[in-house]
Amino acid sequence: MSEILRDHADEATRDVPQEAPEPGRPSTSQPVDQAVVRPGEALDLPPAAAAEHVTLNQRRARQVVAMGGGDWAEVTARADAEGDDDLMVINMGPQHPATHGVLRLVVELRGEEVVKLEPVIGYLHTGIEKSIEFRTWVQGVTFVTRMDYLSPIFNETAYCLAVEKLLGVEPPRRARALRVLLMELNRVASHLVWLATTGLELGALSVMLYGFREREEILDILEDVTGLRMNHAWVRPAGVVQDLPDGTEDKIRRFVRDMRAKADEYETLLTNNPIWLERTRGIGHLSQDRLIELGVTGPMLRASGLAHDLRKAEPYSGYEQYDFEVPTATGSDVYARYQVRLAEMRQSLRIVEQVLDSLPGGPVMIEDPKVGWPARLALGPDGLGNSPAHVNHIMGESMEALIHHFKMVTEGFKVPAGEVYVTVESPRGELGYHVVSDGSNLPYRVHVRDPSFVNLQTGGPMAEGLLVADVIAAMSSIDPVLGGVDR
Amino acid sequence: MSQVQPPRETTATPPDALQPVLTGLRERFGQAEPQVTGHRGEVTVELDRAHLVDVATWLRDDPAARFRHLSDLSGTDYPDRPDRLCVDYHLYSLEHNVRLRLKVRVTVEDPHVPSVTGVWPTANFHEREVYDFFGVRFDGHPNLVRILMPEDWKGYPQRKDYPLGGVDVDYHGAHVPPPDTRRYKGGWTST
Repeated sequence: MSEILRDHADEATRDVPQEAPEPGRPSTSQPVDQAVVRPGEALDLPPAAAAEHVTLNQRRARQVVAMGGGDWAEVTARADAEGDDDLMVINMGPQHPATHGVLRLVVELRGEEVVKLEPVIGYLHTGIEKSIEFRTWVQGVTFVTRMDYLSPIFNETAYCLAVEKLLGVEPPRRARALRVLLMELNRVASHLVWLATTGLELGALSVMLYGFREREEILDILEDVTGLRMNHAWVRPAGVVQDLPDGTEDKIRRFVRDMRAKADEYETLLTNNPIWLERTRGIGHLSQDRLIELGVTGPMLRASGLAHDLRKAEPYSGYEQYDFEVPTATGSDVYARYQVRLAEMRQSLRIVEQVLDSLPGGPVMIEDPKVGWPARLALGPDGLGNSPAHVNHIMGESMEALIHHFKMVTEGFKVPAGEVYVTVESPRGELGYHVVSDGSNLPYRVHVRDPSFVNLQTGGPMAEGLLVADVIAAMSSIDPVLGGVDR
Repeated sequence: MSQVQPPRETTATPPDALQPVLTGLRERFGQAEPQVTGHRGEVTVELDRAHLVDVATWLRDDPAARFRHLSDLSGTDYPDRPDRLCVDYHLYSLEHNVRLRLKVRVTVEDPHVPSVTGVWPTANFHEREVYDFFGVRFDGHPNLVRILMPEDWKGYPQRKDYPLGGVDVDYHGAHVPPPDTRRYKGGWTST
């Protein structure tokens, strides 16, 4: 807490702000050396240079009582005794169970009411965009899948769509259908985590258990198909790395059937539950215009009544063949977002069934040896992953094939120069990839427009005027995944 | 590092829905001379920073354009160019379902670009990110401070001359260099 307060103090001592700071916005800029505050020490600031223009921040800074942690009763007692004002700045997170990861919220409170909320991010920044520039185009997949860890298949697909657009190639039909299949399963899993964690944060513990239980079944399916529960690196440029193993289709069909019934179960638990209604209805409301202004997409935007879905607006991977609806709600509050996400899970199940019914045959990776991944992997009943035919071909029959295999795996393929911006509809909204190539075997620049990053900007506008407990519901309705926010 | 050639596919015709927008841009901002290029079906309008806010406001409000959704704002560094810092604005029109890219280039010595937060408030976080990683100053931004890197970080990590970093690893007699020196652009042979 003391750190935030010190920031306020810095702002107050600045003579002329370079750019008009928004009143009350906690500064995260370079710390100024003067006015070092020790915890528990009330500030005695010099008068501001232009006394007639005392900003709100400066006024607040004079009232600051800096304290670090301790028993809440003691903190409030001291604030009452020493502070002139009842305004209080507290830090929620980054290590807080209700912030969906390492999100830090700087909240200004007047009593129980939020005056201002500022999300502070970056705690999970791993430099993925920079790292990709030093890896081949195929290796890039293993990085992007680790960004938004609740929707890895979407990250992989969006990245691969961008690389394919630069290459001017199209993956085989079966690969496209398989991508849709796994994306929609992934969407259900992601929405289930949202439902589970939001339920947990609002005290609906049984929903938490059910949500994670069903998500586990999807992760089992994903593990069967890709080998990993998360971070799959299964979608590759110009295809997918592996076909469905035997028996997976039946497993998915069984899951879809069970999941329908379970979605109904969630509805009986929540939809008309008076406590759930009380905690979610009218909370975190933003008008549709405000949402568009703030660049919000996905379920949050659809919960304001706008049926904008990139799967319909700019179909990719063959979404135009599938019959599904874009659920919308009109409340534009936490409850409406809950309604939309639950309806989207049902629509995703519809798509999954349609993909299974119309799954085309054929290869899952492009035939062009200049682009397609050369290694042929087929997990046999003995648990070994190599394709004996392929190993025999490169090791015993063709020296050229061996050289090609080696060169493709180590240096990869070259991608024609240019830049593209490709988007997919991820569970959280528009996931965009701005990919630049300079014609070499390494990406020149990969920038990710992560929907959580953009949607997080609604935190401030939504939370103003809410009670602290409702902030949890409002922030949760954004469904931020900090791995994607911070990248 | 080889220079990225700006995409010049003159044969690519922009989507029909974009034609009135491009005509309007030409008529209204004739002096601004935005350069229009198409590549892979995507249309890029390169313009001088002096006209950015005017063009952006017009693109947002004109009935033919209605680019109300600023989809993405990203930076790229092209060290071989004199105006090496590049800012791309990816716009999307919810009404007309088309996309358009605006491109502004500035030098490292004078990295100032007017902020579009007044046109699209969503640019707030994006501009902070580009400032954080490329050092582009967005004039008029309400709170231009680092967003993902620590606030006392020195330098702009996603510029091309900023090293990736990493450590050498020796294992069982094998030497594995750090990632940024491990692979060579253009393949193993062209060291």
